[in-house]
Amino acid sequence: MDFRLTDEQRLLKDTLNRLIAEQYPFDRRRQYQSEKDGWSRAAWARLADLGILGVLLPERYGGAGGGPIEAMIIMSAFGRGLLLEPFFATVVLGGNLLTLGASEAQKVLLLPALASGKLLLGFAHTERHSRHDLANVATRARRDGLQWVLDGEKCVVLHGDVADKLLVSARSGGEDQYDEDGISLFLVDAEASGVSRRDYRTQDGLRAASVSLTDVHVSSDALIGTSDAAFPLIEEVAHHAIAAICAEMVGAMEEMQEQTVEYLKTRVQFGAPLSKFQVLQHRAVDMLMALEQARSMAMFATMMLGEKDLTERRRAMSAAKIQLGRSSRFVGQQAIQLHGGIGMTMDCKIGHYFKRTTMLDLQFGGADLHLQELAEMGGLISPGAPLPRMDRPIVGRSL
Amino acid sequence: MYLQLTPRELTFRDEVRAFLSSSVPRDIREKMLNDGRLSKEDIVRWQRILNVKGWAVPHWPVEWGGTNWTAVERYIFREEMQAFPAPPPLDFAVDMIGPVLIAHGSDEQKRQFLPRIANLDDWWCQGFSEPGAGSDLAALKTAARRDGDEYVLNGQKIWTTMAHYADWMFCLVRTARGEKKQNGISFLLVNMKSEGITVRPIITMEGDHEVNEVFFDDVRVPAANLVGEQDRGWDYAKFLLSNERATIARVGVSKARIRRIKELAASEYCMGRPMIENRRFREKLAAVEVELKALEMTQLRLVAGEEGNGRTGSSDATASLLKIKGAEIQQATTELLVELAGHFAMPFIDNESQELVGDCWNGPFVTPEWAARAAPTYFHWRKMSIYGGSDEIQRNVLARGIFGR
Repeated sequence: MDFRLTDEQRLLKDTLNRLIAEQYPFDRRRQYQSEKDGWSRAAWARLADLGILGVLLPERYGGAGGGPIEAMIIMSAFGRGLLLEPFFATVVLGGNLLTLGASEAQKVLLLPALASGKLLLGFAHTERHSRHDLANVATRARRDGLQWVLDGEKCVVLHGDVADKLLVSARSGGEDQYDEDGISLFLVDAEASGVSRRDYRTQDGLRAASVSLTDVHVSSDALIGTSDAAFPLIEEVAHHAIAAICAEMVGAMEEMQEQTVEYLKTRVQFGAPLSKFQVLQHRAVDMLMALEQARSMAMFATMMLGEKDLTERRRAMSAAKIQLGRSSRFVGQQAIQLHGGIGMTMDCKIGHYFKRTTMLDLQFGGADLHLQELAEMGGLISPGAPLPRMDRPIVGRSL
Repeated sequence: MYLQLTPRELTFRDEVRAFLSSSVPRDIREKMLNDGRLSKEDIVRWQRILNVKGWAVPHWPVEWGGTNWTAVERYIFREEMQAFPAPPPLDFAVDMIGPVLIAHGSDEQKRQFLPRIANLDDWWCQGFSEPGAGSDLAALKTAARRDGDEYVLNGQKIWTTMAHYADWMFCLVRTARGEKKQNGISFLLVNMKSEGITVRPIITMEGDHEVNEVFFDDVRVPAANLVGEQDRGWDYAKFLLSNERATIARVGVSKARIRRIKELAASEYCMGRPMIENRRFREKLAAVEVELKALEMTQLRLVAGEEGNGRTGSSDATASLLKIKGAEIQQATTELLVELAGHFAMPFIDNESQELVGDCWNGPFVTPEWAARAAPTYFHWRKMSIYGGSDEIQRNVLARGIFGR
């Protein structure tokens, strides 16, 4: 085991930290937020120029062939910088869907454009009642001659407002709405006839859209992978997404922890800096412990992306999401509390980090949903003999 | 970064596992699975098996019986022993006084004691805490006056674990009054058979005799039993405490207990179904497992030497984190065990006689053995967040790490 970064990884980390410190201070972020897309096209272009957008993509398509550890480094830095740009939507979700699922022709066409920052992607998967159930897809896909026709509604498509192309999951077969079989994935031009988008700002100041698809016709080469068989791909990408989210949360929590410690050292009350009060010191220590446990589990998630055994990987991802959800809630709430009234204001950075981690917890299943899943899977530690199954929890099937 | 055990480390782990399977006496393992109390004889027996294998003191220098294992290998060895479970080594001997003698003892002390520690020929206890010096350890008052070639000890120690088994005690005594209370403390090795020593049991709430009070009444200790220099004992004590780091979280112990809970929960019923199918119970268990996995990774980060050592500031601070979280998790597992035992946690079985206490017992079956130990185990391990520096003291150490000073 070795937790040290390689020279290249350290270079990546240092480059990003320098870039963010110089070009992404908090007040600049505020400006970027007020730009048309809610983020900075110029900052995006700089990320492309530095090769960051391609770090995770295969070399033969204009990328640098980075893996989960590079993804962790990048997402963690972005978490610290509280970046607004659509890296997660485009590269982590879109890039992984294409790298792991697309045909050679599709990759050649799309991935270099992704690496150079010219192509923005959105993953249109989540629906009204799907929540954490990745198999819950009601959007329909039917064949019409050589074409496919899509109908349905997709919710909270991250950066779906600016995406040039949407990766849309749709049900082309299977027993019912909840069947893992029978899901297909399509690459849909965002401007295609029948696609309408309603965009909005999210609580954490980023952007998303709801997407409705009415009688949208796409050609057969829009299909990603094999028809009816997209679920394993979607799940694998969800695991990459979870590891990335965990890393981003660690970055955001580091910032909250450090800011809070700094604040306690400088803010004077009752004639002494707050850091002299033991009860407040211990709160800061508890934040630190929550952060360190979270950092460990973000590393665990990263390490388990390479796990071949699907059950083991599922357990690991759930465990990581539970720890990060719980830790970040604790760290965020304490950070606000310890800042006092100032922590409640829009001008204070802390609230923005708190909002970001709160939103990240909600994506790809919150801590409690994953706890339910992990418990169902028998936890992390094998008792020797297999455990009896509980009735499978019904997720997103009510209403 | 390489976030997996290397093939070499995995081979080593298998080797340790194979050794444990073939070498841990069955009766001892059974006792441990049921949280039974190990006898002195159990611990000595196991230590000597380890010593024959050459694994009694793997972290010592090779000339004194060490193995040259890497930090990760030492961690794997401990963790596998805990998870099997095999008895922990007597930490006062192999983890505390052994390394102190190696680093600061005289040649004579090393020759006299180290081989006997490896083979557990001498049972050691630790004389640190006093009635007025618990968390504030440097406030200790037990005094040693130099008289020719001897020191004369007077005073009292408390919470002395297994002093009633002990042949030797390493203890901190006051030899001078300095401006700082940390100065003027010396580190002495005391033969427990010496005249003037009284050991009095303290019975803890679960009904067990593990800790004691020790009184010194004009006890004469040869000056040759002074470790290092007079009045510099605080430095050696700090060195000793920092050696706890590698094992403090006891991840393997919690793993073993969770595995045991799961096994038992498959055959304990509640409302017609095994407890393991009780969603609430299973989720609580899973939540503890997540914290445990995180702790395991945190510990590995420390052991494998992470760059910059996280953000805790120092490895001392990280050790404090491991202590706090390790205790929290172990305590949580003992709570789950009580919950699992339910009403079967109630009968009081005397630990000494192994018999039910009361007059109305009319048959052999009262409670499964593991369930009889559930509540005492829970009561017993409340100590974990108190001893070895309480949770509050550990938080102070961590706070110094992040606030400076």
